[in-house]
Amino acid sequence: MAAKKLNLKEKYSLLTRDLDWDFSYQDRKEAFPFEEFEGIKITDWSKWEDPFRLTMDSYWKYQSEKEKKLYAILDAFAQNNGQLNVTDARYVNAIKIFLTAISPQEYQAHQGFAHIGRQYGGVGARVACQMQSLDELRHVQTQVHAMSQYNKYFDGFQNWSHMQDRVWYLSVPTSFFHDARSAGPFEFLVAIGFSFEYVLTNLLFVPFMSGAAYNGDMATVTFGFSAQSDEARHMTLGLEVIKFLLEQHEDNVPIVQKWIDKWFWRGSRLLTVVAMMMDYMLPNKVMSWKEAWEIYFEEAGGALFKDLARYGITMPKYADQMEKEKEHASHQAWWTFYTHGQAVGFHTWIPTDEELDWLSEKYPDTFDKYYRPRWELARELEEKGERFYDGHLPQLCSTCQLPLLFTEMDDPMLLAHRESVYNGDHYHFCSDGCKDIFDDEPEKYVQAWLPVHEILKGNCGGPELAEILTDYCGINLGADNLDIKGSPDEVRWKKWKGVA
Amino acid sequence: MSKVYIALQDNDLSRYIVEAIEEDNPDVTVIHNPAMIRIENEGYLVVNRETVEEKLGRDWDMQELHLNLITLGGNVDEDDDKLSLSWNA
Repeated sequence: MAAKKLNLKEKYSLLTRDLDWDFSYQDRKEAFPFEEFEGIKITDWSKWEDPFRLTMDSYWKYQSEKEKKLYAILDAFAQNNGQLNVTDARYVNAIKIFLTAISPQEYQAHQGFAHIGRQYGGVGARVACQMQSLDELRHVQTQVHAMSQYNKYFDGFQNWSHMQDRVWYLSVPTSFFHDARSAGPFEFLVAIGFSFEYVLTNLLFVPFMSGAAYNGDMATVTFGFSAQSDEARHMTLGLEVIKFLLEQHEDNVPIVQKWIDKWFWRGSRLLTVVAMMMDYMLPNKVMSWKEAWEIYFEEAGGALFKDLARYGITMPKYADQMEKEKEHASHQAWWTFYTHGQAVGFHTWIPTDEELDWLSEKYPDTFDKYYRPRWELARELEEKGERFYDGHLPQLCSTCQLPLLFTEMDDPMLLAHRESVYNGDHYHFCSDGCKDIFDDEPEKYVQAWLPVHEILKGNCGGPELAEILTDYCGINLGADNLDIKGSPDEVRWKKWKGVA
Repeated sequence: MSKVYIALQDNDLSRYIVEAIEEDNPDVTVIHNPAMIRIENEGYLVVNRETVEEKLGRDWDMQELHLNLITLGGNVDEDDDKLSLSWNA
């Protein structure tokens, strides 16, 4: 007689309860040595539940279907020269940032979840982390495959793995993940599983990917949405984790709140780069960064925090500051990259008249007042043959590692600069949020590897900037960097498109 | 009450899923973006397997939803017959 078919709940219960074992001759604490030092108290792991109740057999089944679908599209993209269908050569630079800044972090997320998946005493948590670890590995692989087609035709894709640990702006996402991975298992889960996945990856993978579709980039939208189908599961896991921790013990509440405050701020800083990709690097616009922020942070995040209020959890500490920054972040970031365009691995440019008008319309309170005049000045200089490059190394924030590029939000003409002294040394920050994070764990952040500091210490070759960028960072000067105007990318694009 | 939402890839299969969602949740707002469909509702939204099967004219496993799912917001509850999203406040 055939066995009765199990329903979802029964299958999940068998996988996550009955597969565990008790420790009879080993000390349980030695088996899970990282479970207590952060102060989180777990009284009953069996309360952990994946609301999708995904078991390994279904996981493999649906993941393999996603992969088959994805690779069929990637094959079609390559066979049909899909790279020629993107709006223009400028667009591809957003994808260079994606490959160099984001894809390596998918790999770090894979490693992080593999590590913490071993560290939890509960089987439900271990299974969920195992799936997420595999998902993240899939993401980096599919992204590299998708973008390998662009690597055949455009500059700036060839050295992403080498660049990750060396290039100044790539240290922003890299150090973000180093910070999370060197924390304890519960902080990692609140950092990546909840703060990053639940609110912030939506901003990267949903409106930006819809933008990729709108700019004719079949490869990117396909890997993006394929990855995001896993993210929907990760988000759900992130929310369950928070509820689980808060329900386990009331002592967990202030610890979790502190991590939420820290990681939402770290995440919003990291997303500054995505803000500029949305507002400045997509020739066809879907929505502004500000609009995306309002939908995915203020509306979706607001709903989330209202739901969590019953546990005593409040909105992240710097939410007010973030709300002000949505008016400024993308403009201040793109200006910084434009003016340091000689030292980056992608092309930069002045927005077209049409784009300037779009920005004015989307940012009526700030763009014309603070940012349009800069672009008009930049154009004047360019027309005189004096395209502006700031030859200096930027001062980096000791927490987020972005240059000190932000202004005071209540006074957008004044650069924000905070400072702390620790063991007699001075440390500089872009914001109160980053300073507070440093001040809370200075012994951690003083160990950070800050690219500009290392260059000045002579640890990155040189002494000339050109040697550092070429020999140490692996940027192909004259091809990967500088303005899009006159770049080899632009010359080739015009040739393919038959325009003069 | 806050809005729950679900976003699906804009493809042939999703059309039927969206139709099923609209039928079972008459107050939803459906928003079309490039390559994706976002569906929002105040407080609660449900995807019922039976309704999707009726629209598709074939058997459909609840977990097939993952193939076309882009993102969602709300507390999730899934079993063999439905996936629901809700906020408690």
